[in-house]
Amino acid sequence: MDLLGNLWYGFGVAVSLENLAYCFIGVLVGTLIGVLPGIGPLATIAMLLPITYGVPPVAALIMLAGIYYGAQYGGSTTAILVNLPGETSSVVTCIDGYQMARQGRAGPALAIAAIASFFAGTVGTLLIALFAPPLAEFALKFGSPEYFALMLMGLVAAAVLTQGDIAKSLAMVTLGLLLGIVGNDIHSGIPRYVFDITELSDGIGFIVLAVGVFAVSEIIANLGASSEPRSSVSGVTGLLPTREDARQAFAPILRGTGIGAFFGVLPGTGPAVASFASYMLEKKIARDPSRFGRGAIEGVAGPEAANNADAQCKFIPMLTLGLPVSGVMALMLGALTMQGIQPGPEVMNQRPDLFWGLIASMWIGNLMLVLLNLPLIGIWVRLLTVPYRLLFPAIMAFAAIGIYSLNNSPFEIYLAAMFGIIGFILVKLGFGMAPLLLGFVLGPLMEDNLRRSMVMGRGDPSIFFTRPISLCLLVATVLILAIVALPAIRRRRGDVAG
Amino acid sequence: MRLEFLGNKDFWAGLVLTAVGVAAVLIARGYPLGTMIRMGPGYFPTLLGALLVLFGMYLLAKGLRSAERIEPGWSLRALIVLPLSLVLFGLLMDRAGLVPALAALVIGSAAAGREFKLVEVVLLALLLVAFSVAVFVWALGLPYPVLVWR
Repeated sequence: MDLLGNLWYGFGVAVSLENLAYCFIGVLVGTLIGVLPGIGPLATIAMLLPITYGVPPVAALIMLAGIYYGAQYGGSTTAILVNLPGETSSVVTCIDGYQMARQGRAGPALAIAAIASFFAGTVGTLLIALFAPPLAEFALKFGSPEYFALMLMGLVAAAVLTQGDIAKSLAMVTLGLLLGIVGNDIHSGIPRYVFDITELSDGIGFIVLAVGVFAVSEIIANLGASSEPRSSVSGVTGLLPTREDARQAFAPILRGTGIGAFFGVLPGTGPAVASFASYMLEKKIARDPSRFGRGAIEGVAGPEAANNADAQCKFIPMLTLGLPVSGVMALMLGALTMQGIQPGPEVMNQRPDLFWGLIASMWIGNLMLVLLNLPLIGIWVRLLTVPYRLLFPAIMAFAAIGIYSLNNSPFEIYLAAMFGIIGFILVKLGFGMAPLLLGFVLGPLMEDNLRRSMVMGRGDPSIFFTRPISLCLLVATVLILAIVALPAIRRRRGDVAG
Repeated sequence: MRLEFLGNKDFWAGLVLTAVGVAAVLIARGYPLGTMIRMGPGYFPTLLGALLVLFGMYLLAKGLRSAERIEPGWSLRALIVLPLSLVLFGLLMDRAGLVPALAALVIGSAAAGREFKLVEVVLLALLLVAFSVAVFVWALGLPYPVLVWR
């Protein structure tokens, strides 16, 4: 069978000594930053991107992906043990996971979280293998108008579905697009928004922007926040869940995986949305909802499965269409581009080693997480005692070295410092930085496809409406906007009336 | 109503966007617009700038009505010192090499925090410098001057 053959080929790529090593480093670093609060996968991947420059593309992608799902795993570990969500995806896990830990059942909670994640990861891997090839096949028919419409839909959906003000998210996408086209215009060679600074003529560095708005501005924000509460660490005794635990967790894991996979392919919805949806569902259908919030194992199993399935399925649109649906996927796309690989449906045919190797490595990485981290929990817990005042200067150091290693250019360091300030101010004003990055990544592509479409249509914009696929995508864009925007408008009217 | 707008989140958000949008459109006037068939380099940026102005006006109006406040809790010290220590890193990297640049960055950014314990910070700087030289210069072979005087 084709599917098995492809997966088999992927495993062949992923188990090479080099790739296994990078996968291991990835999940290890991922777990580490997942455990440490105040530093997330976005900032870490942005900082480590320059180092992957000299690494072969397959290994680089495998490592970055490992950081991503490793971080979610680490985040749930601290959520359960110390009621501190290392990542936003594990906020929900705190509710019942920490209660289980307080009842002396930290071990089973961690084990169920690991098993749920692993199961969801396995299903996610299969889903990618199953759905990615036909999707890529379909996307091969796309011309410029279709790509423009697809990117428009992706950006609008991502902006609209992210938490927060829709207008603000859309504005950040627009600002991102604008930042993306800084530099010499590819068609005419005319420098745009360059202000006679030679370093800007190739455009703003992707990593410079990412490190600035994620790492630097995050630290500025953290230093201004009131100090984080620290709870006592509960001991871990006995990892094995009872037969009763396993029975109770089984169905929630299945449902959580389904929910996660569904939200995964939607742009803009972070893993927090998937895990929250799963938690609400479990609570709603439980025979005794009052158990939730008091250490119900379903409240750990469902959301943990959901956030991992979500994380895996986010790769589907990125790998097949070249469409990043989250901040991390935008970084992955940037990594691909830096390696000289044009993202899109051709990746699967031209670089099957990259595509299938990455997918197989995700399954291997999930396995590593289960095997490695349960025994290592003691070490992770001890890491939590590292105070933030020692942590953030180290983050700054690695961020600076990472940026400098790109072009040995002090200017890019200054630029990152500036984006740190700008990012902090924008976040303070209620803007999100992930939509900004999505827009930034897609900016040049979107303009290019718009221009090509207009040439194809001889200057008539109706070309977007006469081609069926493009029309469908545009209709979907309008529908998404309408569905999300209308209730908000109605609610506001209700407020005024009441 | 006096000075109410000072902490008004959406008002400022709208103002910033409008300003950026107007600037983008004005600057883009220097680039050829082209025709509908062959869009010039000025077309897309003008479109985006106009969109930003629209979003900005909407948020301005929203801010004047809802008057949501900017959340308190931010550190002016961090906002100034942290970026400055990055700038210091950039300046020293070219002139003095990795060791002084990194030490300045670590000590500088530590000074942006609330607590500053000198001994601890110096130890941290030493550790990070040693680690970086070992990993980035020796192991990964990045072409950085370790210590120079120019």
